[in-house]
Amino acid sequence: MVSSPITAASAHVSFSRATDATVMVRLVGEWRLHLAGVSDVPFERVLDTAPRPARITFDTSALREWGSGLVAYIEVLIEACDIRSIAVDRAGLPEGVQRLLDLARAVPETEGARREVRRAGILERVGAVSIGYGQSVADSLDFMGEVILAFGRMMRGQARFRRSDLMLAIQQCGADALGIVALISYLVGIILAFMGAIQLRQLGAQIYVADLVGIGVTREMGAMMTAIIMAGRTGAAFAAALGTMKVTEEIDALSTMGISPLEFLVLPRMIALILMMPLLCLYSDLIAIFGGATIGSLMLGISLTVYLNETARSITAGYIIGGLVKATVYGALVALSGCMRGFQCGSSSSAVGEATTAAVATGIVMIVVACGIFAFVYHALGV
Amino acid sequence: MAKSNEAGATRARTDTSKPRIEVRDLTMAFGDFVVMRDLNFIVRRGEIFVVMGGSGCGKSTLLRHMIGLLEPARGEILYEGVSFTRASAEERQRMLRRFGVTYQSGALWSPMTLAENIGLPLGEFTDLSPYEIREIARLKLALVGLKGFEDYYPSQISGGMQKRAALARAMALDPDVLFFDEPSAGLDPISTRLLNELIIELRDSLGATIMVVTHDLASIFMIANNSAFLDGISRRMIAQGDPRELRDHCDIPAVQRFLRPNLEKRAEARTGG
Repeated sequence: MVSSPITAASAHVSFSRATDATVMVRLVGEWRLHLAGVSDVPFERVLDTAPRPARITFDTSALREWGSGLVAYIEVLIEACDIRSIAVDRAGLPEGVQRLLDLARAVPETEGARREVRRAGILERVGAVSIGYGQSVADSLDFMGEVILAFGRMMRGQARFRRSDLMLAIQQCGADALGIVALISYLVGIILAFMGAIQLRQLGAQIYVADLVGIGVTREMGAMMTAIIMAGRTGAAFAAALGTMKVTEEIDALSTMGISPLEFLVLPRMIALILMMPLLCLYSDLIAIFGGATIGSLMLGISLTVYLNETARSITAGYIIGGLVKATVYGALVALSGCMRGFQCGSSSSAVGEATTAAVATGIVMIVVACGIFAFVYHALGV
Repeated sequence: MAKSNEAGATRARTDTSKPRIEVRDLTMAFGDFVVMRDLNFIVRRGEIFVVMGGSGCGKSTLLRHMIGLLEPARGEILYEGVSFTRASAEERQRMLRRFGVTYQSGALWSPMTLAENIGLPLGEFTDLSPYEIREIARLKLALVGLKGFEDYYPSQISGGMQKRAALARAMALDPDVLFFDEPSAGLDPISTRLLNELIIELRDSLGATIMVVTHDLASIFMIANNSAFLDGISRRMIAQGDPRELRDHCDIPAVQRFLRPNLEKRAEARTGG
């Protein structure tokens, strides 16, 4: 006679041998959501004790309440018995439990549905991630190539998109962005001037704050700040809009209608951002210079006229044009990453969120990489 | 293989009712996961062909293969005897223009009004004037019972109306083949019935061939004159034919369970569960 009584909880289970061939499972107390016996009573040991039982029965005379915990526990027990080909006599169980067990077993486990949960080794994971990166670079190049082809068709006048979509995109990434670009640029101008002022004042060279801000902003910061703002604002909006259209099958509807979604949805957005970025950048340059001038007059006592004269003396048309060229390229990159992530979006609402996040991250990475390349090229060209 | 193609070609010349759609040995898969294997069926001109089966068995996946959104793992799909699967990109575009598709979610283009939704394909593929486009869009909307809603945006109308507007858009270019993905999903029984009547009406008046993916029994018996039953467990097509005949004469248990769900309940009630 083998028995494993439990005394700890009010819900418990015990096993006893009625005969050599039969194990009686006695369920006692209030079973709710806890699988009371699983960890305490090693039922597998009971089932494997020689002589091996041929069937198990249930005694529920002392069972007061039951919930999913009991059903789940019995399901575990039945699975263990099935493996050992031990018959299970469920007659002793409450009728509700029997019905739930029937329901759980009504549809057989789908073949291949169970996923093997396996912890991959560190090398395997590093490898998988690297392969994934390779794939995503390939996808990006693929997308870029298709966009370039679409631009080619547009140049030949064959691409199709609606003028009103282009106008709307221009408004959204142009005029609507003026406020935030002004605010950030003004603050960046102030910060640059402030940092420079502290250092330059020690040398008595405070007037060069104007040069610092003017050159820094026109060559680098204006384009960079605008691009990062647009990546967070417009790139994310592109990804979310296109991602949602993917989820609602609107993009599928376009392609089965024989209309290229790339031309119809991506081209207007790309064109709008490419057109608007240099304008926003110029605007940002101006505002940032005024931010610097604010510090110049408040902290260093340089009059506005003197400050602006010094700025005009220090910056050249080459700096400004160089900045605008950068801004245009950044604009193309931001639009590209936004549209690409939107198109790659999966088919659930959480995928739209992921696409948006990925769009901003990709956009900023692309901007910084392009910035590095520009530094080299401009240096080589002597701009 | 070459021989059977030849035989097909000669039959096509003599047989006046050459199949509008033909699916040959189609196997659909996502990577290694096979959704359905070895599908073979024919849809004739003017038929309403229903693809039925339990949820998740691959009905919508089949539809996405039929309209080129997914590529077959094996086999091919032919329209009027011309392979869609092997067609060049331009040829495919031309074939797609003869199709109309309504999606499960409607998939109306959200930034456009209903009239613009219907007008877009007209503007793209015809040389109609804006006035003509507008009038045709009005007519198509009137046909689906949405007269006066031309300037509404999709988000401003109900789900049933969106479904009907999507149908109006699918009909914009007077297609030869109309595809419906779960037309009754999310609709009440009355709207479903109206939509079904509309589908039959379209077939009768336009002579279009219609393929519907659905699991709604009432719709199946109301509209279909041919069908394919996809079985999610064996991942094959296990029955084909008029669903009413399948219901009365097919003895495959899975088909019976699907087409006569009440029968099982009655049997259970008799034996006491």
